[in-house]
Amino acid sequence: MNQFITAVLTSLSTGAIYALMSIALVLVWRSTRVINFAQAGQAILTTYIGYEVVTRSGSYWIGLICAVISGALLGAGIDRFFMRPIFKRVNSGPIVMIAPVVATLALLGIIQAIIGFIWGLSYQTIEAPISTGGLTIFGSIVAFSPFNLMVLIAVTLSMISLTILFQKTNIGLALRASAYAPEIAKLSGIRVDAVRTLGWALAGAAGGLAGMLYIPGSNLYPNAMDVLLVFGFIAAVIGGLDSLFGAVAGAMILGFAVNFSASYISYKLVFPTAFLILIVVLLIKPKGVFSSGKSRSA
Amino acid sequence: MSLVVENLTIDHGAIRAISNVSFKVPEGQLAAIIGANGAGKTTLLRTLSGLKEAVSGGATWNGESILDKKPEDLARSGIMHVSDGKSVIAELSVKENLALTGLWRKDKKDVAAATAEVVELFPILGQRMAQTAGSLSGGERQMLAIGRSLIARPKLLLLDEPSLGLAPLIVEQIFQSIKDLVKRLNLTVVLVEQNAMGALKIANEGIVLSLGSVVAVDSAQTLLNDPAVRAAYLGF
Repeated sequence: MNQFITAVLTSLSTGAIYALMSIALVLVWRSTRVINFAQAGQAILTTYIGYEVVTRSGSYWIGLICAVISGALLGAGIDRFFMRPIFKRVNSGPIVMIAPVVATLALLGIIQAIIGFIWGLSYQTIEAPISTGGLTIFGSIVAFSPFNLMVLIAVTLSMISLTILFQKTNIGLALRASAYAPEIAKLSGIRVDAVRTLGWALAGAAGGLAGMLYIPGSNLYPNAMDVLLVFGFIAAVIGGLDSLFGAVAGAMILGFAVNFSASYISYKLVFPTAFLILIVVLLIKPKGVFSSGKSRSA
Repeated sequence: MSLVVENLTIDHGAIRAISNVSFKVPEGQLAAIIGANGAGKTTLLRTLSGLKEAVSGGATWNGESILDKKPEDLARSGIMHVSDGKSVIAELSVKENLALTGLWRKDKKDVAAATAEVVELFPILGQRMAQTAGSLSGGERQMLAIGRSLIARPKLLLLDEPSLGLAPLIVEQIFQSIKDLVKRLNLTVVLVEQNAMGALKIANEGIVLSLGSVVAVDSAQTLLNDPAVRAAYLGF
């Protein structure tokens, strides 16, 4: 029973972190049709900024806010000054499909190298603001801490805010219209380029949040978020790449599958389980498990 | 106010889609651009709304060049392009589709008034507000697309094949509402159509395009009655 409860709770909190990365990838995909590999670099760079602020100010919370804001600014900057010129320059031939993705890979490498120069390659830690010791449930200690609970609450609140933003506000309508049909949005007078940059900013903020919630339970080093990029990507594919709801659901499916196989069989199964799910989804429902059979529209 | 197109030349990929096209549409007039599939009609409209670059030549609205402007800026300045077929966003509701052209407008009261006018003009849209645009029929989508453009209070309307894929009765209804709109709102309209007969019946002037060049310009009535033009370019 204890093992089961532990597995459920850790599935939820790791799934929540995957969900943030997955949402970051989906936001960029929806607005730009690019799989942003640099997301791992953006997230870790902003987490380093958060780390620096935490160290200097002594407050995790100020660090968290700085990481989220710098994540948004970095994301917006990358779209405006890096991706947009690339899309402008590369506009015909087979390279159109490849150039932006390769560019994000290059950016990932550059960002991680810059981090190495500034902060070095050794492990750093960010102290969690609340206890990371296991909670006591039904008289026994489980591997789920108050900090894990905080992660779950923080991610849930972010999802609710994002949903309200997308479904209930004018900006959200502009974001959705620009994602579904950029040309019609432009002809309706919507500044699609600016809306797109906003999508990158939101994605960057989600990445910064993911880093600040993930790293206190792990270590800080330039490649620390790479594994989350992979899991976030798999979750996004499970969810159909286009859907924010799908991204979260995919992340939860992945969180449960990975944690249960690790908990009940072997921790060595974490990666095989994740990739097995990816392959099964691609073979059986390549448009995502929540697609209604109709083709994924642009 | 008038739309003036002068010696406009446009390439579509490696092909010259429009060469040396000139015409003028005075304010409050409806000009029908007709011609067979591949005559370059859609390319011409896409250039006028800023979606496509021209090779050479000019186009002005109200004396100002429109060729160097972005589509969203042209839209905001009153030039609305309703692109071909049923240009609605299928995933969004009817209400959300209509809201798109009001998002950036400062005068929210007028947006509400314009929306009410559109619902009055096309009552079916009022009944379908909460449905997704993807669930509408072809005719309803066309009404939605035209209705959406009206909420921006346009001065110049560029309509690309509003009759495409619609049943004859619906086509007649759509053409009739376009004609009424021109009169009521003093709109200037460029109507691109393969349905030459239907378009010329409501137009003031007709411009016949063939393989990217203007081959006839005259009053719509004259074109409709000219046996040579009918036989050569209109196919009826």
